Amino acid sequence: MAKMTGAQALIESLKREKVDVMFGISGGALLPIHDVLCDCNEIRHILARHEQGAAHMADGYARALGRAGVCMATSGPGATNIVTGLANAYLDSSPVVALTGQVNTYSENTAYMIGRDAFQEADIIGITTPITKYNCQVKSPAEIPTAVKTTFHIATTGRPGPALIDFPKDTQTKKAEMVFPDNVQIRGYKPNTEPHPIQVKRAVKMLLKAERPMILAGGGVILSNASPELLQLAELLMMPVATTFMGKSCFPENHPLSMGNIGMHGTMLANKMILEADVLLAVGTRFQDRSTGTLDGFCPNAKIIHIDIDAAEIGKNVPVEVPIVADAKPTLRLIHQQLVHKIKKRESTVWSKKVKEAKETFLSEMDFGKAEVTSPKLLKELRKLLPNKAVIATEVGQNQMWAALHFQTIKPRTWISSGGLGTMGFGFPASIGAKVACPSCPVVDIAGDGSFRMTEQELGTSVTEDIPVIVVILNNSMLGMVAQWQRLFYKSRYAAVKLGSVPDFVKLAQAYGAEGVRAASLSEFSDATKKALKTEVTTVIDVPISPEDDVFPMLPPGKGLKDTVAGL
Amino acid sequence: MAQEHTHIISTIVENKPGVLYTVSNLFRRRSFNIDNISVGPTEDAESARMTIMVKGDDRTIEQVVKQLNKLIDVLKVTRLDPENIVTRELALIKVNALNTKARSDIINYADIFRARVVDVSPESLMMEITGTPDKIDAFIGLMKPFGVKEVARTGITALSRGAKSIKVDE
Ligand SMILES: Cc1ncc(C[n+]2csc(CCOP(=O)(O)OP(=O)(O)O)c2C)c(N)n1
Repeated sequence: MAKMTGAQALIESLKREKVDVMFGISGGALLPIHDVLCDCNEIRHILARHEQGAAHMADGYARALGRAGVCMATSGPGATNIVTGLANAYLDSSPVVALTGQVNTYSENTAYMIGRDAFQEADIIGITTPITKYNCQVKSPAEIPTAVKTTFHIATTGRPGPALIDFPKDTQTKKAEMVFPDNVQIRGYKPNTEPHPIQVKRAVKMLLKAERPMILAGGGVILSNASPELLQLAELLMMPVATTFMGKSCFPENHPLSMGNIGMHGTMLANKMILEADVLLAVGTRFQDRSTGTLDGFCPNAKIIHIDIDAAEIGKNVPVEVPIVADAKPTLRLIHQQLVHKIKKRESTVWSKKVKEAKETFLSEMDFGKAEVTSPKLLKELRKLLPNKAVIATEVGQNQMWAALHFQTIKPRTWISSGGLGTMGFGFPASIGAKVACPSCPVVDIAGDGSFRMTEQELGTSVTEDIPVIVVILNNSMLGMVAQWQRLFYKSRYAAVKLGSVPDFVKLAQAYGAEGVRAASLSEFSDATKKALKTEVTTVIDVPISPEDDVFPMLPPGKGLKDTVAGL
Repeated sequence: MAQEHTHIISTIVENKPGVLYTVSNLFRRRSFNIDNISVGPTEDAESARMTIMVKGDDRTIEQVVKQLNKLIDVLKVTRLDPENIVTRELALIKVNALNTKARSDIINYADIFRARVVDVSPESLMMEITGTPDKIDAFIGLMKPFGVKEVARTGITALSRGAKSIKVDE
């Protein structure tokens, strides 16, 4: 076997992982890798404008496609700039693989080496240990093929999560005999995917007996691609389905059994119905505080069946009756299989009638606001303008919660939002990543003006790299969600939330060579969106809204789901 | 608050750099308290054993075990049954021994505790003692009136009794 450099081995390994795109910014400690990329036609390197953007792009790519998204950053500040991106991916279980440059492992005659505080040396392994599923530093070039295989395997299997490989510069340049493994045996990593038959039996029995069964579906359903199985099971038993924030899009929201999201900004419907359930089938959710409210007020009448691939999630926040540590897809399939042996598809039950009535009332009472242009109206309109396969990314704050409440998602992986970390500035780069993953789908970032300001420089990436997306800025000139809390809980004393009306986002977009439009009415918004869908460059649609609108319903912090407030 | 107990968790980990950091980082991040810890090689050169003493209620300990299990470099985690284990710690204790009376009192106590004198100087004695952490605490307590100059403890180590062993599943 011929010798090759570590950098060549890395690129070869990435090809073997079927990586066809990566997002990053180069620098001194990555030069050898970028040099090899010059001769590589199979992998597209998309130059981001900030490494945080690169990490979020890789994340958006991963979420839209269900495959690893790769980002790359140089040693020191490049590497520390991806930290937010990794923490974000970690809390949302997204398989982002980060490759970082590092100073030399050893240097004969200079202090450019690890441990000497060399130029642009940062301990990225130490820094990212608590926010990655796995990380490692390569010590010699021959380790590279196995390190890459191991890292991709860990990032994408079991409960997915971000992983990082740190490449000291000398491991990139030195040559070695390389062996590329087809698979790896990792002694300490054997995720369990198949459910335990006894627990499945118990779950089936409990579901059969249930009078008011309900499903709570989390992000795990999407990660496991289990939407068809979920739908089948829900319809068989006529079980209403509520989603967690991360679970949004795993169940078609135009389906009669869809209750929408539960939680702090869940729908009144979901937050109410879950209180009545007698059996809750919770799939791929970690019962986070934003979903459950206070724990004693969370589905107080229900016994819980909990399916999760991560054993540590079972019993972490709520006690459960039937724990099933397994992949959601085969588990739901098995439960369904055993149920169809015992019963026919239910057409209607006392409970399902009640659910249907509750939903009708809920729909008739929906409040879209009084003003001509409100965020809920806009989002309802946007749904009509987009095909079902369109991907929605969001920023963080009111924009995100309005989108969760009022933009109906129909297909899995069309909802990309920072749930766990709540990272402002995630949505726009994530939408770029999603567009790279799904070039034939329109991709729209629902943004707040504050969040967009945090990563707006990626307009440069989207224009020069030809990745057209649509950004809809719900522009209240405020850090709106913080302002809402100040209105509700701090006597309307505004502190550090007024952003003013700079920049002019229309001009900003134009300065980058993108399209910029202002929409002052619903019809202008509709026209602008239709045009943007046909335009081959990114469009920023700036929609001025009231600086003082609130997102409702809202579950005040420290309260139980029953205390959800519908509005003021 | 549920009842807190002390638990001993025996963990087999990859014997490689960084693992101690990863494990201690997990305890810090999730607010689990390590009471006592020791690390050393095992019968297999590629694995090391960490013996960790933690305080917490049952739910916390269950989380400790599950979170440890999630770490890639952790190969096996076992909660040892406190009724059925041997635990040991070793300590070196340097005590002032300024006159003959103090010296002979110290040696008498040492005999009772099966501690050994391992170094002697005109003003001090150094003793070696092995036993459960409680026993060592008690011995150090008795030495206090003489003036304890230095203490070095290894941390706890433990194995369960009987022929069974904790093995990594291959
Ligand atoms: C990086 C980051 N910094 C701060 C916050 C705290 N925070 C949460 S929502 C919010 C306001 C968001 O403002 P904007 O993007 O304009 O959205 P709006 O709420 O107005 O829709 C802030 C500052 C955060 N989530 N992320």
